[in-house]
Amino acid sequence: MAEIYDILVVGGGPGGLAAGIYGSRARLKTAILEKGRPGGQAASTMEMENYPGFYKESTGPAIMQEFANHAEHFGTAILKGVAVDVDFTGPVKKVITRSGETHEAHCVILSPGAEPRSLNIKGEGKLRGKGVSYCATCDADFFEELDVMVVGNGDAAIEEAMYLTKFAESVTVIVIHDEGILDCNKASAEKAFKNSKIKWIWSSVLDEIKGDELVESVVIKNIKTNELTEMETNGVFFFVGTVPKTEFLAGKIELTKQGYIATNDLMETNVPGVYGVGDARDKYLRQVVTAAADGAIAAVAAEKYLAEMESFREQVLDAKTPVLLAFWAPQVEESIAAIGVLESVAEKKGGAIGLAKLDTYRNKKTSATYNVEKIPTVILFNRGEIVGRIDGAFTAADVEALIGKI
Amino acid sequence: MIELTKENFDAEVLEAEGLVFVDFWSPKCESCMALLPDVEALAANNGGKAKFCKLDTAGNRRLAIAQKVLGLPTFVFYKDGEKIASFEKDALESGGIEQVQKKLDELA
Repeated sequence: MAEIYDILVVGGGPGGLAAGIYGSRARLKTAILEKGRPGGQAASTMEMENYPGFYKESTGPAIMQEFANHAEHFGTAILKGVAVDVDFTGPVKKVITRSGETHEAHCVILSPGAEPRSLNIKGEGKLRGKGVSYCATCDADFFEELDVMVVGNGDAAIEEAMYLTKFAESVTVIVIHDEGILDCNKASAEKAFKNSKIKWIWSSVLDEIKGDELVESVVIKNIKTNELTEMETNGVFFFVGTVPKTEFLAGKIELTKQGYIATNDLMETNVPGVYGVGDARDKYLRQVVTAAADGAIAAVAAEKYLAEMESFREQVLDAKTPVLLAFWAPQVEESIAAIGVLESVAEKKGGAIGLAKLDTYRNKKTSATYNVEKIPTVILFNRGEIVGRIDGAFTAADVEALIGKI
Repeated sequence: MIELTKENFDAEVLEAEGLVFVDFWSPKCESCMALLPDVEALAANNGGKAKFCKLDTAGNRRLAIAQKVLGLPTFVFYKDGEKIASFEKDALESGGIEQVQKKLDELA
């Protein structure tokens, strides 16, 4: 039987790698499952100058290599594999890979990332890898001295268009907005407007890509006049946003309508012990810096969860005697009185009944697991099973009656 | 695996008899680098079935374009010098090396 990890991270982009760093520095047994080389989309983004502290000659692949080195330095294991299925129904979570391996962990941090969106316009599918590309870093040098088109006008589109000008003779950007309007950040827009190799086609969309074996031309449609224009080109690069790679999670955790992982501020999904980080998470800004932040938060939340689970198991589920588990809060006076009642009852029983106290504000997870809505609440466990419970205030006689059910 | 160049491409691939596998790659392509260990394992495990070659497209751009390869990674099978099957980036990233093994078994 393979080992059970404390934290298994699915996907080695910046979010997953940051989770690995925080997990292993907390001395948790942490592994990252990654399909190829770590770094995610950032590893194929050459121009990257917005990760704090890195702006001189920095590249996506180089920064991502440092992330991976950092995680491994503190003991994160990077495993090779593609997750195709998960089983989150038991206390030990399972992740199954395409080659049939099953990895087990107490906590899973999902960091599957996103992939470039395709527009499915005519000719796009057929000419992929034959002039149609979604990765400038991968394919730019094919287009030395050739002419290419870029579709899109967000950060990625404009930054990658500038990267392409180092190779291509000309780069024509097709922009759906009116002249001068780009969705990208202002710094990149200013640079791009000054770049003499970049040409602009405004108020337009791509209608069709033509070519027999390689891309030969494109048909561009002006959205104001509906006029169609055919232009010769050698390549078409799409940067029109991304879609989350979460198909394998459908039905296993809560996803948004668009397929993003739904989480709260602690990166928790609707399944306890399962977290979502990075570009596949439903959030406002998808950047390396936010992915890394997600990863750190998830790893710390997972660490707290593991500690809570472990002490609960030791004190309650694995206890040799029946145990009264009291949910209380120092702010709720009634619950402090209730603890007094339980202590006196337990004392009377000598060592026959254990007492465990849970501050509900600090242990929200366990409180939620047992649907505790009132403070105080007491639940009686015997050999890990619930014997009975009282929700709300109680007397010593009530507790005696509860113990009588054993 | 045989390293292909402008000089030996014709002799090793286009004028060769039997099944030839070519990995079009480049050190700048992350997907290519990620697949490289798989490709090397494929070559090691299937020695007799085909001739395994790789072409670094950096510096051999025109050669790749002449083979209608304009994106990386691309894997191509040639039989008696004719291109008979190819796998492009999307297929390789979603389906992995297993489908290439299947194709190889089918063609060999």
